Amino acid sequence: MRARQKRLLLVAIGMVLLLGAVALVLSAFRENLVFALTPSDVRAGKAPQGRTVRLGGQVVPGTLAREADGLTVRFVVTDTAENVDVHYRGVLPDLFREGRGAVVQGALQADGRFVATEVLAKHDENYMPPEAAHALEAAHRAATTAVRP
Amino acid sequence: MIVEFGHFALVLAAVMALVQAVAPLVGAARASYGLMVLARPAALAQFGCVVIAWGCLTDAFVRADFSVRLVANSAHSTTPLIYRITGVWGSHEGALLLWVLSLAAWTLAVCLGSRRLPLVFAARVIGVLGAVSTGFLVFMLATSNPFVRLLPAAGEGRDLNPLLQDPGMIIHPPLLYMGYVGFAVAFAFAIAALLGGRLDAAWARWARPWTTLAWVFLTAGIVLGSGWSYYELGWGGWWFWDPVENASFMPWLVGTALIHSLAVTEKRGAFRGWTVLLAIGAFSLSLLGTFLVRSGVVSSVHAFAADPARGSFILVLLVLVIGASLLLYAWRAPRLGGGGHFGLLSRETTLLGNNVLLLVVAASVLLGTLYPLALDALDLGKISVGPPYFEAVFVPLMAPVVVLMVVGPLLRWKGEAVRALRRFVPGAVMALVLGALGVLGVSRAAAVGWPGWRTALGLGLAAWVAVGCVQLLWERIKPPRVSLPPAAWWGMWLAHFGVGLFIVGATLVGSLQSSLDLRMRPGESADFAGYAVRLVQVDERSGPNYDALAATLDISRAGRPVAVLHPEKRFYRTIGMPMTEAAIDVGLFRDLYAALGEQLPGGDWIVSLHDKPFISWIWAGCAMMILGGLLAVVDRRYRRGGRRR
Repeated sequence: MRARQKRLLLVAIGMVLLLGAVALVLSAFRENLVFALTPSDVRAGKAPQGRTVRLGGQVVPGTLAREADGLTVRFVVTDTAENVDVHYRGVLPDLFREGRGAVVQGALQADGRFVATEVLAKHDENYMPPEAAHALEAAHRAATTAVRP
Repeated sequence: MIVEFGHFALVLAAVMALVQAVAPLVGAARASYGLMVLARPAALAQFGCVVIAWGCLTDAFVRADFSVRLVANSAHSTTPLIYRITGVWGSHEGALLLWVLSLAAWTLAVCLGSRRLPLVFAARVIGVLGAVSTGFLVFMLATSNPFVRLLPAAGEGRDLNPLLQDPGMIIHPPLLYMGYVGFAVAFAFAIAALLGGRLDAAWARWARPWTTLAWVFLTAGIVLGSGWSYYELGWGGWWFWDPVENASFMPWLVGTALIHSLAVTEKRGAFRGWTVLLAIGAFSLSLLGTFLVRSGVVSSVHAFAADPARGSFILVLLVLVIGASLLLYAWRAPRLGGGGHFGLLSRETTLLGNNVLLLVVAASVLLGTLYPLALDALDLGKISVGPPYFEAVFVPLMAPVVVLMVVGPLLRWKGEAVRALRRFVPGAVMALVLGALGVLGVSRAAAVGWPGWRTALGLGLAAWVAVGCVQLLWERIKPPRVSLPPAAWWGMWLAHFGVGLFIVGATLVGSLQSSLDLRMRPGESADFAGYAVRLVQVDERSGPNYDALAATLDISRAGRPVAVLHPEKRFYRTIGMPMTEAAIDVGLFRDLYAALGEQLPGGDWIVSLHDKPFISWIWAGCAMMILGGLLAVVDRRYRRGGRRR
């Protein structure tokens, strides 16, 4: 009987700890999800202000501009339907180019600017980041369905 | 011609693998000696065929034969010879061939090292390995044949991705794959035990060195990958919780649980079903890792353009392996029998606790890695789960693991009275004092008040490990004991100590690191982290297949020169891709890391500087874990103990 009680105690302690661990994992998970949005989503007000989100799309050619300090850059990300101004301070990844796909992570400000903390780099020249490809595709789909009666 | 010969060898390898799978397994089921002895020759023949195929492909790369599609896609006539040879595994098809080659090599090792095992058992192990090999060879031949010709032949190749043209890339994939595939051996041992319905201490003794060796390879592969991303990606980070990193880290976590569970199975006969389940789990996660990386489903720094059809094939393979082995487990596991009993305060309890915690960590990493994929596949939106999630989960869950890791070896098997805990009091007090001193040191060095609970926790745990290791060593060698502990014990000790070093490095680099992005004109100086950094000049330089701009940075401290760094910006001619090549001054207590950014209109340069205190301790800690694992593998006990009973 004693050995059995011991085992029961062990199992009970284990279960309580395990439940605690699961609760920790799930709450951390909920707090740290980063949603990937398209410029149309942002314009439609789907981006929670101040919370970190990812924005994917194409960098509009001719919009990349540097501030006087040389480190702060501005560019426009588009999904062909809507545009979002992005501000970023730091070194751009090697493969960042105007006219190409890009994914930026950051938060939308009250004045409508998107302040990026990270511009994601990709490893392959001919490769479109999935988030960016998705944004362009979604805008294209929306445009074609809107035309139909 | 040689290419066709290689292709033929690959087909023949698939046939041999099928023979190696079917004959011994059927032979073992029917107790047919004639079929079972076929296992070794078939495995040998399969190994030979795969090596020939490998040799032929390497030859095509060395000759830069652009009539082979793979060569045309990932080599160029100006690619340095060494990167043409390693370029063999720089692509999807080549990487799969490497996977199969590692599996064949492991199988060969098992064939040679299993002569003392009962024939039925060895036949089953080799048979299961043959089945896995068959699956992968068929996969290769069906969807990703490396020998496909390109007609008409290309005049020139497209060169290897510049990120892969690096010494780290030469050895990182082979080591990682040796680790992944090594768990196939543990898996085969587990399946053979289930098929035979016998799992005892002798079984665990056979399985242990193989599993530990696989773990060593996997650890080395992960560390090299991490080191590679540290110096090659130019961001100064060493771990990004990137899906592909996670893909290799999950089997590592489960594999770590497995090598400890095997210890209990060997010494105490307990945890039998659990050990088998972990072996299945570790290998399944290795397959999942291969799937995640090779199918291109993950969006990550490793995400090269890939073909989803291949993904579905691996997915089917994955489902087959997991499904079949779990079914077998459900059917046969009750036969394995339970283990010895143990008390609440015993080494078994701590090992069990750590096993469960490691699995919870692995599960949480799995959740963070797969959930975004599942949502995307179901078209429910795109999300990503970044480092904040993994850090929030990993640190609190691993902290008790580290605490128990020190307690476990100091406790006896079977159980002790509660007063045994008194032995830990001096160590705990010392760890607290040392940890507090460390926190004080950090807050002075970083000139902040309270450096954060994570720093305090990390330093406290590291101190606890260090003190615990000293105590463990003392209790093991204190008089009147005369004999020195065996190699496996030293291996355990070293690996645990390595964890302590690793924690120091990971904690301090996290809390003390600093970085600065600067705009600099040649000749200009700047202050950074107590150093004076002067951009002397930026020169043009040309390599075999790239042109580079190389900066010269003079770094001095209080007027004394410290280092001269040459970070580069390379432009690979064929592939048209720019690359940042960081320069690092490596030190025992800090790395200075510099990367060259773009040139601004007007001639200024962007320079990124990073100060990385104690990052070498991370590598040193991992090196000790690897060395510890190797010591455990070579312990004489396993060679003596493998005798037939």
